[in-house]
Amino acid sequence: MKPAQFEYHAPATLDAAIALLARHKGEARPLAGGQSLLPMMNFRVVTPAAIVDLNRIPGLAYIRAEGGTVRIGAMTRHRQVEFSPVIAEKLPLLAEAIRLVAHLPIRTRGTMGGSLAHADPAAELPMVLQALEGEVVARGPGGERTIKAADFLRGMLTTSLAADEILTEVRFPATPPRARCAVEEFSRRRGDFAIAAVAAVIERDGNRCVKARLATAGVGPASIRLRDAEAILERDGLGDDAVDAAAAKAAATVEPQSDQQGSAEYRRHLTRVLAARAVRRARTVQ
Amino acid sequence: MAAPRAPFVGRPMLRREDRRLLLGEGQYVADLVLPRMLHAAFVRSPLAHARIRSVDLSRAAAAPGVAYVLSGMQLAQLLPPVPDHQVALPGKWRTTVKHHILNPQQALLAADKVRHVGEAYAVVVAESRYAAEDAAALIEAEFDPLPAVIDPEAALAPGAAIVHEQFGTNLIAELSAAKGDAAGALAQAPHRLARRFHHERYAALPIECRGVVSEYDRRTQSLTTWSSTQVVHWVRREVAATLGMPEARVRCVALDVGGGFGIKGHVYPEDLLIPFLAREIGRPVKWIEDRHEHLMCSCHSRDQIHDVEIGFDDTGRILAFRDRFLADSGAFNPIGSGVTYNTIAHLMGPYRIDNFAAEARVVATNKVPNAPYRGAGRPEAALATERAMDLVAGALGMEPAEVRRRNMIRPDEMPYKLGIVYRDGEPIVYDGGDYAGALDKALAAVGGLAAFRERQKAARAQGRHLGLGIGCYTEGTGAGPFEGATVRIEPSGKIYVAGGACPQGQGMETIFAQVVADAWQVDIDDVVVTLADTAAIPMGFGTVASRSTVTLSAAIHHASDRLREKVFAIAANLLECGPQDLELRNGTVGVIGVPDMAVPLAKVAQAARPGWDHGRPAGIDAGLEDTYYFEPPTVTWSYAVHAVIVEVDIGTGGVRLDRYAVAHDCGVVVNPMLVEGQIIGGTVQGVGGGLFERFAYDEEGQLLTGSLMDYLAPTASDVPDIALVHLHSPSPLNPLGVKGLGEGGAIAPPVAIANAVADALRPFGAEFNSTPILPEQIVRSAQQGASRWPK
Amino acid sequence: MAEPVTIRLTVNGEAREGRCEPRKLLADFLREDLGLTGTHVGCEHGVCGACTIHVNGEAARSCIMLAAQAEGAELRTIEGVAENGKFHPLQQAFHEKHGLQCGFCTPGMLMVALDFLRHNPDPTEAEIREAISAVLCRCTGYRDIVRAIAAGAAAMRKTAGPG
Repeated sequence: MKPAQFEYHAPATLDAAIALLARHKGEARPLAGGQSLLPMMNFRVVTPAAIVDLNRIPGLAYIRAEGGTVRIGAMTRHRQVEFSPVIAEKLPLLAEAIRLVAHLPIRTRGTMGGSLAHADPAAELPMVLQALEGEVVARGPGGERTIKAADFLRGMLTTSLAADEILTEVRFPATPPRARCAVEEFSRRRGDFAIAAVAAVIERDGNRCVKARLATAGVGPASIRLRDAEAILERDGLGDDAVDAAAAKAAATVEPQSDQQGSAEYRRHLTRVLAARAVRRARTVQ
Repeated sequence: MAAPRAPFVGRPMLRREDRRLLLGEGQYVADLVLPRMLHAAFVRSPLAHARIRSVDLSRAAAAPGVAYVLSGMQLAQLLPPVPDHQVALPGKWRTTVKHHILNPQQALLAADKVRHVGEAYAVVVAESRYAAEDAAALIEAEFDPLPAVIDPEAALAPGAAIVHEQFGTNLIAELSAAKGDAAGALAQAPHRLARRFHHERYAALPIECRGVVSEYDRRTQSLTTWSSTQVVHWVRREVAATLGMPEARVRCVALDVGGGFGIKGHVYPEDLLIPFLAREIGRPVKWIEDRHEHLMCSCHSRDQIHDVEIGFDDTGRILAFRDRFLADSGAFNPIGSGVTYNTIAHLMGPYRIDNFAAEARVVATNKVPNAPYRGAGRPEAALATERAMDLVAGALGMEPAEVRRRNMIRPDEMPYKLGIVYRDGEPIVYDGGDYAGALDKALAAVGGLAAFRERQKAARAQGRHLGLGIGCYTEGTGAGPFEGATVRIEPSGKIYVAGGACPQGQGMETIFAQVVADAWQVDIDDVVVTLADTAAIPMGFGTVASRSTVTLSAAIHHASDRLREKVFAIAANLLECGPQDLELRNGTVGVIGVPDMAVPLAKVAQAARPGWDHGRPAGIDAGLEDTYYFEPPTVTWSYAVHAVIVEVDIGTGGVRLDRYAVAHDCGVVVNPMLVEGQIIGGTVQGVGGGLFERFAYDEEGQLLTGSLMDYLAPTASDVPDIALVHLHSPSPLNPLGVKGLGEGGAIAPPVAIANAVADALRPFGAEFNSTPILPEQIVRSAQQGASRWPK
Repeated sequence: MAEPVTIRLTVNGEAREGRCEPRKLLADFLREDLGLTGTHVGCEHGVCGACTIHVNGEAARSCIMLAAQAEGAELRTIEGVAENGKFHPLQQAFHEKHGLQCGFCTPGMLMVALDFLRHNPDPTEAEIREAISAVLCRCTGYRDIVRAIAAGAAAMRKTAGPG
């Protein structure tokens, strides 16, 4: 199908973009990569009165390592992340997860900011945001604010961004060299959205688990942290019993939906299986 | 003089079609642009079953860019009822096979009721598709919803809502065939098994959706319609009948067609409505189906539920096979009994079964209509029979391959009378083949059975689950009723061939050039092939049912035979010798054994012209052209065995195809490169049905798989390389010895995969008797050892 | 009614211009406004990949881009792959290895393959399969496309020379 009509704006500055969003009072949508928005518009599932195209605004695509933080501009394309040596070195979880995002031609257009703002429950990048305890920077008519991962993802396709706010940057603490990461995802075909996925970041010191961070995709309205499972690992270590107990806890924590691709029960089961696999892979000493 | 050149038939000639397609210069119906052309958008029902109370077009008619709007109710006043355009059943079949068939006719636009989500009830024609869709959104329709009939068994229960009220029932066809005494043999068999098998609904999903462009010419009162179709002559016939025009004034052309696989093989309402609109409005009209529409209005297929009882002895010999099945026809049944009887005809497969009975009931439901798609009833048969074979093996502790061998018809039993008739009414006779040989070769191509069992054992010890599955089938191909070919020799010496076949990627421009080049001993570049155009040949049947190589080659052969007599008569006149002294060689007609005495075909063609100073002997009419309509005596039988090794992850339910092999026999091969492409392509479509593809409806008849995010087709990462082994048993039924193969690849993969997954999960006692096999099903089976996935 | 937009861009090395509604999809703009019908539309869902072109040198699905987003961009479509009617080595490989049947997905396959091979000029079969899982084909079953891309890659490496 063809999209419904809309007013089109391609502002040259961020402030102009924000002003346009404010003017349309929630009836306008920002356009970043368009890889999620355009299909919805082509189905006429979404019919915004106006589109604010962010692609002409300079200075929103960058990858910078500053001190212990990696800063990624919101308009950075997935492909830039995929090929970035900085990401490979400092955010190995992101480097692994980005290769699971759709296919090459989607990754040339899709953006970090767009993917996070869209907050698809089965997408990989919101899961990475949770697992790495990242934060986003949003700018609106009232100025700029920083939002932590846990406060940013609110529900199915819902974030705490206001209708007149634009996400400008995503920040991640650089992953310490001793940490190991793994993403275990199950999807029907390569590149599909996750039916279930667990991302794990494990820092170990001998047999102790110094820090465990586990996050989900596909098994709830939004990606969540599996804090109770993390606590089991941090308390009981990385032996098989602890890993299995953590995985079982992970399955009990999530609140998945039933849909065409699988029942809630099956997704809970996948959570357990994938959490165990992710932790086992991540605990491997290099 | 050169030695006789190597034939073109049998060579992997590169394709003529490629150049334009690789350069982006192909012309598909969506690429066609005509002056003053308008664009149509259909308004499609959001409900599965409802009476249409009113349709208000006024806001749409006033919308910007709109030229014309029409509802089904209005159309009913403008056009007489649509003539029955189901495929006619041959008299021989009608008198031999027990049947009862009701034919619900589909209106071009729904007027009184809508009967499936996606059925069109109005159309808007505007300056652009964008404007037409905007206007379509302004059409206000009022519906009185009716209960949706979704489950075919519930559809037959008393009190069910009736899809076609004039029949008073949703049972729109019953067919049966039998041989021996299945009931008696079952009762007396030492062992019996009963199971239900469900082949779920899926479909072709060509990457090019459908599309029609039509233009009416006032000066000549004629209409041209371009359709992405497999059956141009049938479309032409129905357009002429619907519009009350002589066939001679209607031309139907298929340009480049981006895949058809059967579902573009009949006349759709849009094929008739767009021409009507073009004539009515007086401007060309274009309609290009988009994917969302396609999933809810281009025909689906498969969707059969089989209740099988099989009786066998201790050695695994099948003593009786009885199958009662339901075919979910959806809201209409455009090809009537075709698919369902195909299933019946193929149930016995390559096996010797003395007592057989199959009863089919075709049920109307509120879903998209069911029509033939690559395999057309045969995959459903293979699922039932080949799963049953594996279950017999399991019951006796035998290897599945061994049970097959025990029951396979042997080469020395050929030709083998199966004991029931085919769709053409002729008794089925398997005309040659080595089924057990194919089985051996397929197993060898995946590394051998014994080696696999070792591998499986070692893997199990590591907690990994490998399985081997096989799927065997026979396939009736090259069906009648006929195909036509015109062969003409031009004054340039080039051979011009026109045929009724309609390609959608098979490489027919190349294949038939090979056939003609051999028939006339000319260079392949001196052959001009025209297909898919009713202006090129008066009668044709089209490309469905794996028939074009068989039937068009034969028609070309016979037309060439007759024409050659005339050519030799004229050449003999020119060379002053007898026709019996002549042979074709290198684009000339020459005296046998006398290299210098020859005359080019061009000269013969020039001499054949009418008028003064022609070169024809007395009694020979002018012109050098012959048209032949080949009516095959009956179908000729291809067969294959598929073998697949899978690895099943019981944690996630994921299935990985480790190895896949096909041992295949399609008789004489015209172009081996193209044959392999067809088999691989069909096989991957079959893999789709086995693991990924399914049209799902909810209880209200809402289509849950209305986008390509939900309807999953296999990608390159989902399938391995596929090994092919070729066997050759030439067909005795046509001059070249060819058999059809277009559909075959799609027949066996779903059941081969089901058998493989069941083999992998044998320790859990799991059965997989439906398609596709879903990951969740596998996880549950492994957890419970359950035998059937409760839907 | 939205203000039409004027789009100035380069397509296959040529400066082109068009004027259309802002909602017009890039695929439709190429096909209708610029007359380049080699790019095919298979879904408008952004899934099948038949509409893949190059935008500023990178593969992108033109059915989920607005024409307006191509303002100032350099596009390459299937019509810009051959040079003066002479096949690119990848096209030649598709021809020799039977990498196409109906041809409808073929432009998308070629455009994805060209971008992929730029970054991975000597790929394994698995890598090729992963890359082209971005484009659905119903005719070929992918085997011959994979072989064509492997052969095309080899031919391209030969032309590129050592180093």
